[in-house]
Amino acid sequence: MSVLARFAVTTLSAVPAAGAWAAQSSVNLQTPVTAVAAEIYDMHTLMMIICLVIFVAVFGVMFWSVFHHRKSKGAVAAHFHENTMVEIAWTVVPVLILLGMAYPATKTVIAMKDTSNPDITIKATGYQWKWGYDYIKGEGEGIKFVSNLSTPQEQIQGRAAKGEHYLLEVDNPVVVPVGKKIRMLLTANDVIHAWWVPALGVKQDAIPGFIRDTWFRADKEGVFRGNCAELCGKDHGFMPIEVHVLSAEKYAAWVADQQGKMAATAEDPTKEWALAELVAKGEQVFAANCAACHQADGKGMPPAFPPLDGAAIVQGDKAEQIKVVMQGRDGTAMAAFGKQLSDTDIAAVITYTRNAWSNQTGEAIQPAEIAAAHN
Amino acid sequence: MSAVTPDQLHDDHHHHGPTGLMRWITTTNHKDIGTMYLIFSFIMFLSGGVMALTIRAELFQPGMQVVQPEFFNQLTTMHGLVMVFGAIMPAFVGFANWMLPLMIGASDMAFARMNNWSFWLLPVAAILLIGSFFVPGGATAAGWTLYAPLSVQMGMGMDLTIFAVHIMGISSIMGAINIVVTILNMRAPGMTMMKMPLFCWTWLITAYLLIAVMPVLAGAVTMILTDRHFGTAFFNAAGGGDPVLYQHVFWFFGHPEVYIMILPAFGIVSQIIPTFARKPLFGYASMVYATASIAILSFVVWAHHMFTTGMPAATQLFFMYATMLIAVPTGVKVFNWVATMWRGSMTFETPMLWATGFIFVFTMGGFTGLICAIAPIDIQVQDTYYVVAHFHYVLVAGSLFALFAGAYYWLPKWTGHMYSETIGKLHFWCSIIFFNITFFPMHFLGLAGMPRRIPDYALQFADFNALASIGAFGFGLSQLIFIVAVVKCVRGGKKAPASPWEGAEGLEWTVPSPAPHHTFETPPVVK
Ligand code: HEM
Ligand SMILES: [Cu+2]
Repeated sequence: MSVLARFAVTTLSAVPAAGAWAAQSSVNLQTPVTAVAAEIYDMHTLMMIICLVIFVAVFGVMFWSVFHHRKSKGAVAAHFHENTMVEIAWTVVPVLILLGMAYPATKTVIAMKDTSNPDITIKATGYQWKWGYDYIKGEGEGIKFVSNLSTPQEQIQGRAAKGEHYLLEVDNPVVVPVGKKIRMLLTANDVIHAWWVPALGVKQDAIPGFIRDTWFRADKEGVFRGNCAELCGKDHGFMPIEVHVLSAEKYAAWVADQQGKMAATAEDPTKEWALAELVAKGEQVFAANCAACHQADGKGMPPAFPPLDGAAIVQGDKAEQIKVVMQGRDGTAMAAFGKQLSDTDIAAVITYTRNAWSNQTGEAIQPAEIAAAHN
Repeated sequence: MSAVTPDQLHDDHHHHGPTGLMRWITTTNHKDIGTMYLIFSFIMFLSGGVMALTIRAELFQPGMQVVQPEFFNQLTTMHGLVMVFGAIMPAFVGFANWMLPLMIGASDMAFARMNNWSFWLLPVAAILLIGSFFVPGGATAAGWTLYAPLSVQMGMGMDLTIFAVHIMGISSIMGAINIVVTILNMRAPGMTMMKMPLFCWTWLITAYLLIAVMPVLAGAVTMILTDRHFGTAFFNAAGGGDPVLYQHVFWFFGHPEVYIMILPAFGIVSQIIPTFARKPLFGYASMVYATASIAILSFVVWAHHMFTTGMPAATQLFFMYATMLIAVPTGVKVFNWVATMWRGSMTFETPMLWATGFIFVFTMGGFTGLICAIAPIDIQVQDTYYVVAHFHYVLVAGSLFALFAGAYYWLPKWTGHMYSETIGKLHFWCSIIFFNITFFPMHFLGLAGMPRRIPDYALQFADFNALASIGAFGFGLSQLIFIVAVVKCVRGGKKAPASPWEGAEGLEWTVPSPAPHHTFETPPVVK
């Protein structure tokens, strides 16, 4: 942080009222918890002060003139309409002020871009409309999960009181250790999303087919919340991000716990499932992944989101349905779930749709069939 | 004078053409066409306004109450498209049609028939655009920026929008060519370039911007069209394309576009301030140079809309510096206006109120623009309500306020009557107060972390959203006052003299009010 910015910040917080006002994050940037976010915060404060000073100066002059140079007060118009010196001055002085602003900004841009030597690397993938996380390097390597909005529909539709973290809460939060450099790799599966956590000072677009990166190092333990920041379709407002920053020990415990769970649920891909088992599992998979568009009652929201209840493809040849679910439909919101869900989940959800509502094929699709379809 | 318009060929017997509806459909008269542009843009302004109020009704409280998320996204998208392409741009073209020939002493626009065609394309485009709400799947919901690949996913409403954009683009290009040729070839003897009223200069430069960037937009949406239907993969990585390419092409159009919407506003304000300060415009030459530099710089700043796409540091820095530089000529303009007011002999009739309000509130949008130019800060506020606040300060308090200023300023010339000062002033005060109630809290919302384009939000944003919604309804209703003001003025009122404003200068005030159907059939001589 530049000396100037430090000075500006101290001056501002010297005014107790202004300080208290600024600390409360409903009118200002959220309280920063990374060095970069703090630099941004201070830079914004500095900019505000410079802009306010210019504002007061320029409009002081204007309003003085508005009140005093009125015809009704007997003002007689002067006739000057040029003054080279003044015009040069008000071109050059702003340039100098801008140079003063550009200097700290440049340093921060360079710092934000330096993603080298991370302790942990996490890949976040934007899906319509949830986030997938893969811990790909560092402590916790191998952990992967999908993170969905956990606010119940009843709250959104106004049938239940809204909770404290309404729309900013998820089922599986991202967990990271405090004080470690976390490199985030961003990509997307369908359209552009953006991964944004204001307190961490991080916002990066997730672009399908490309990987971009950014980084943060949280100085403080706590829970930090953000949103998808790029319009990504119907439920753009409903795919939040929740980051839990833990101490090193708690993080290690979390990693152990996750790895244990993953081992326990690792499915035997050759297992033969009973129809009822698949339907029960499939119903959950459907609720988490499909119901946003095709709706829990299978009626969809035509024409953008077609119904599955009574659909020819769901009642017809299963190979065709497996293909659509695994590869998606280009140019629509239908994602390629082959890359997102396990073979068991896909088998279960297909079985479920073929045996739910008015679709009663009686067919059970086994994980092995999905595995075969991958090739 | 080499250009001869059809009207000049029979200059003795005026008003001989078709009457009734056919008069308007076949007219080649710049005043008739100007009037049609203005009425059309006001209708679009009201339609876009209804969409905005529906959006604000949904956002009044957390939770979903009024519309569903898909329809919400359709509304935000169409609100943007309708306001930009249907309201603001055609309104300025309407002013250009009415005023440019009167200001430079020409008898009409250079290409009178093309002028008719430029206008009549617009209702067609508007029907496609608004009609897209009623096709299966509804209107496009990809945001007014139509980012791929989301726009590739949309239903047939997107195709209608693409065609509407093409048609509006053709209309704008034809209008712009007409303006360039009129200004360059049809000035009265003695009216040198540097004697032109500033409104003519700003429109001349704007017209060049239009000719340069409208084809770029057409290219961008055409690529979406072929990606959607003809198997290309411009924006699809799986086919070797890149979604970010769309953003580069779009914003190469988009940033100059924002200046297309503000430069003519600068022109209008630069006409009004000297009139009511009874003092010549300060720094005329530097105003011209500032306008030209803004226009040139506007081609090299586009990626400031894309700081979060993850460009290399050097690219970010280049676009940051270039964007900051735009603040310099913008500042020069503001300083010049204030210097024009300084030691003037001012009165505050309605046009002057709007113009002064413009300078004050537009400048706040300039400041937030500068803050957005700082890449690290922008990365925090990009795609939040902060940006929504920024561009409404420059587009509503900027472009729209200037349009109202101009409308009150020239209404006496158009109608032959004085409008009611009381109603005009009421319109101004209601607008500026409700405008700030609506948009000022959005700065706070954005800083505190509320994303834009969302139909529902977290609870800590509830209070400011409720406030913004109340302001928005107040602002919307205030615009009905304008209808009253105009209708009364057209119907009657005090007879306006040729020059109703004491300090007004310029050729338009030398013809009677209302301006006769044909003016300057023999060009005036400017000394
Ligand atoms: C001092 C002059 C200005 C500067 C430095 C400036 C800078 C910026 C920047 C950096 C952004 C990107 C913000 C973001 O998306 O994160 C932006 C957005 C925008 N600006 Fe400005 N701006 C200025 C004046 C204007 C004017 C005069 C207009 C139009 C009349 C305008 C219209 C817009 C619009 C429409 C957007 C948002 C587009 C969108 O994302 O939908 N700006 N401006
Ligand atoms: Cu821009």
